[in-house]
Amino acid sequence: MRIFFAIFVFTIVATVSILGFRGSLSKKPPLEVFPDMDRQARYKPQAENEFFDDGRNDRPIPSGAVARGNYFNQNEVFSEDFVDRRLGDVAFNKGKQPDGSFVRTLPTDVSFEQVEKGRQKYEIFCVSCHGSAGDGNGVTKPYGVLAASYHDDRLRNEADGYIYDVIMNGKGLMYGLRDRLSAEEAWSVVLYVRALQFSQNASVSELTAAQRNVLGL
Amino acid sequence: MANVFPKWVNTIPIKVVVAVILIKTAVIAGFTYYATPKYTRVGYAPTQPVAFSHALHSGQLEIDCRYCHTNVDRSEHSNVPATEVCMSCHSMVRKDDPILAPVRESYASGEPIPWVRIHKTPDYVYFNHAVHVNRGISCVECHGRVDQMKVVHHDKPLSMGFCLDCHRNPEEYIRPPEEVYNLAWERPKTEEFNEMAAGFVHDWKVNPPQSCSGCHR
Repeated sequence: MRIFFAIFVFTIVATVSILGFRGSLSKKPPLEVFPDMDRQARYKPQAENEFFDDGRNDRPIPSGAVARGNYFNQNEVFSEDFVDRRLGDVAFNKGKQPDGSFVRTLPTDVSFEQVEKGRQKYEIFCVSCHGSAGDGNGVTKPYGVLAASYHDDRLRNEADGYIYDVIMNGKGLMYGLRDRLSAEEAWSVVLYVRALQFSQNASVSELTAAQRNVLGL
Repeated sequence: MANVFPKWVNTIPIKVVVAVILIKTAVIAGFTYYATPKYTRVGYAPTQPVAFSHALHSGQLEIDCRYCHTNVDRSEHSNVPATEVCMSCHSMVRKDDPILAPVRESYASGEPIPWVRIHKTPDYVYFNHAVHVNRGISCVECHGRVDQMKVVHHDKPLSMGFCLDCHRNPEEYIRPPEEVYNLAWERPKTEEFNEMAAGFVHDWKVNPPQSCSGCHR
């Protein structure tokens, strides 16, 4: 019996010392005992694929392809009577007039919801460099990122289409966000940038009496 | 007639019973502890081709999750960012750092950086990121405090029981939509908040499937 206990305790100690404890960090991939159904041969996003020369599952968009809807509105888009009003709308998609000059005012409806949506996207994509007040004092400034302040006369007087174009295609050191924002979202960011500019450049006389009371002016 | 068996033989049955009980207990305990995803998956922390620190980017600099994982709220797949997203800051910040050499090479050549995937649900599970984050389920529920991880590790088991814990009681995990990407947010332990959470579940018609076909197709 003594020998049994000795072997028993030794086995447990050996198992624990080899396998360790739950949650301990390991560089080894998780063990899958029956991986046959876990890993099926099908296309998965951002996965590898030996079929294509570049080894990628995600195929680049062929040049000249026209986007038609997205994940959320595919039923609507692929229905028989769908008419795409945005398709070919140069002002909406490029921020430009047919003659190539920037559109002066935004080609979308303006509502408070749009401003709020713009604020949400601004705080994701712009705030790290341009700062929450749009003054170019983002969190990346100490690391050497140079970002423009929105609060000068040149930018106040630029057309809305110009701001849209910079957001989508970038300018100078800034990279464009066209892969990450839809046209509609980018226009809502333009709207929010305008709101930021106004917030730093409004005079007391533009406020209503009630607003002045709130601010104690 | 002399005794055929010596006296110690009388203790054999009790010894066998004790041994069997001990071995069974050890095997069951060992299996329970080691053979579930709480052991096999949790703690997986592979070495990535670039030593990217979420603790720095997401924790210290407070860059929103969606700056890089842009499609998490629009698609079932939460994407790993394109190299261009890295370069939108790192064309200026630490632009000659040898740690970032693979990023610059990838941007110049167009070859993707071979990031190692950590969280892999089995292929028979159809998990949709967008429906979760857009209905108040935070990243942190499945991925843990990524904003504190220098090297990302698999933090939660992501087993079926783990999914069902929440699918059975969504009101215990749901949070206000504006706090979904705030991983540091703590759930207030008040009756008032519990009512609010139950209200979210009701108002947003949150009805997480518990049938097989809800997640397995």
